[in-house]
Amino acid sequence: MYVAVKGGERAIANAHRLLADRRRGKRERAELEVGQIQDQLHLAVDRVMAEASLYDPELAALAIKQASGDMIEAVFLLRAYRTTLPRLAVSEPLDTGSMRIERRISATYKDIPGGQVLGPTYDYTHRLLDFLLLAGSDAPAPERSEQPLEPCPQILELLDAEGVIERELDDGAEPCDITREPPDYPVDRATRLQMLARGDEGYLLALGYSTQRGYGRNHPFAGEIRLGQVEVEILVEEWGEAVCVGEIALSECQMINQFGGSREAAPQFTRGYGLAFGHSERKAMAMALVDRALRAEELGEEVQGPAQQAEFVLAHADSVEASGFVSHLKLPHYVDFQSELELLRRLRREYEATSPGRTEAAEAGPSQGEPQASTADTANPGSTV
Amino acid sequence: MISLQDRRMSQARRQRVLALSLRQQIETRWATLGIRVAHRCVRGPETGMAMLRGRMGGTGRAFNLGEMTLTRASVVLDEASPAAGALGHGWVRGRDRRHAELIALIDACAQHEAWARHIDSELIAPLEDALEARRGEAARDTAATRVDFFTLVRGE
Repeated sequence: MYVAVKGGERAIANAHRLLADRRRGKRERAELEVGQIQDQLHLAVDRVMAEASLYDPELAALAIKQASGDMIEAVFLLRAYRTTLPRLAVSEPLDTGSMRIERRISATYKDIPGGQVLGPTYDYTHRLLDFLLLAGSDAPAPERSEQPLEPCPQILELLDAEGVIERELDDGAEPCDITREPPDYPVDRATRLQMLARGDEGYLLALGYSTQRGYGRNHPFAGEIRLGQVEVEILVEEWGEAVCVGEIALSECQMINQFGGSREAAPQFTRGYGLAFGHSERKAMAMALVDRALRAEELGEEVQGPAQQAEFVLAHADSVEASGFVSHLKLPHYVDFQSELELLRRLRREYEATSPGRTEAAEAGPSQGEPQASTADTANPGSTV
Repeated sequence: MISLQDRRMSQARRQRVLALSLRQQIETRWATLGIRVAHRCVRGPETGMAMLRGRMGGTGRAFNLGEMTLTRASVVLDEASPAAGALGHGWVRGRDRRHAELIALIDACAQHEAWARHIDSELIAPLEDALEARRGEAARDTAATRVDFFTLVRGE
């Protein structure tokens, strides 16, 4: 029998009204504009776009405002909006080599064509709170060089005449798309990269860090990190050719890792790759570390750490899925819990009946009594929802 | 006679420049061009998404990175206009329906040869110059953050 319990509509409506009030904050302060978030909290906007897997800075800023700054909620909102749109096109693969550079560094080669270009970075700041910002000070205009920026070619392509670094070549394979076909493990690298690209930054950062601490070590070097604008081209059927429809900001990390080799192939540095929407350098680096860790099997390495276990890593990377499943615990489980409670009471009656002398000890706490082994198997909780 | 290849090239160039320019700038310049023609939308303007692809390592096999919002429009020029029935298409990143419609309208008008020359010289070229100027300034702001390495010689 299924009994629907109604009620709560008014409480829910009032709760949402209260939420809107708290979101608005003190009325004597000016309301936050979406444009302000887009311009002045753009790194938050970038993170929401990356993890929602939808590039639209204005909508990401709106999601942040609507979620009162709860980033995972904002990702959820933008991801949900995504499902309302039809797909009009698939882009040509983005050419990060022709990126309009806003930042570009290499930790493996000092003197590189185009140079080490720092761009707008938090690196080298002292991480001291800036009380001038509290007072509301205006920032000076940036220093403008007389010289134009020199071309910044992809370093790994350019500086490896010896062939000591693994090459990435296109064999024309059509990539899987997890938004059309759910991943079926084990999954190929294209699928892994799509899943990592939308993965939660904190989660990927922790996993990347774990490889550095020894859980699947692979000795990474940041071969090149570049941030900037890349033009997007789509193939327009009516014209029969690819045309530019705009540009987007991207962060790319080329990690160079521990070499491998075999009887057939000479030892070579291997690679991990990270690519993310917006200025998301940490995300791109973490993604590159985890991408490389997940190549363990392909490269004949022993799987030792959690970051090398593809199904574990990928199935838990999406914050929308993770928060959805954790959050469902807040839904009413009254009936589930009632059945558990009844089962437990029965087990306790049986326990008391078979071992009358132990009742007092059991009530005093689990550490003092020795529970009967037979209860473990029968206490199968069954599934909820 | 303009070859098909040339026409395609200028069509792609217009689409690119218009997609990368601010809509307000296009509106302003387009109004001064004096091309007055009625049109109607035959598709859209409609907002959807494009799946963006990356390449492993920047050069390798393609993978699906994520999507972006994209708006498209197709317009046809009015029967009474000098380029009657010309069909134009426009695509632009984001959700600005007017921007996509404007690109499609300009694409349709550019199929009229005299208008095309006018559009290219009075609209596309200045917008392209403005785009390059904006990009040049941004690049020089970035160039100011380039590291100049020098070596300190110690001792002797």
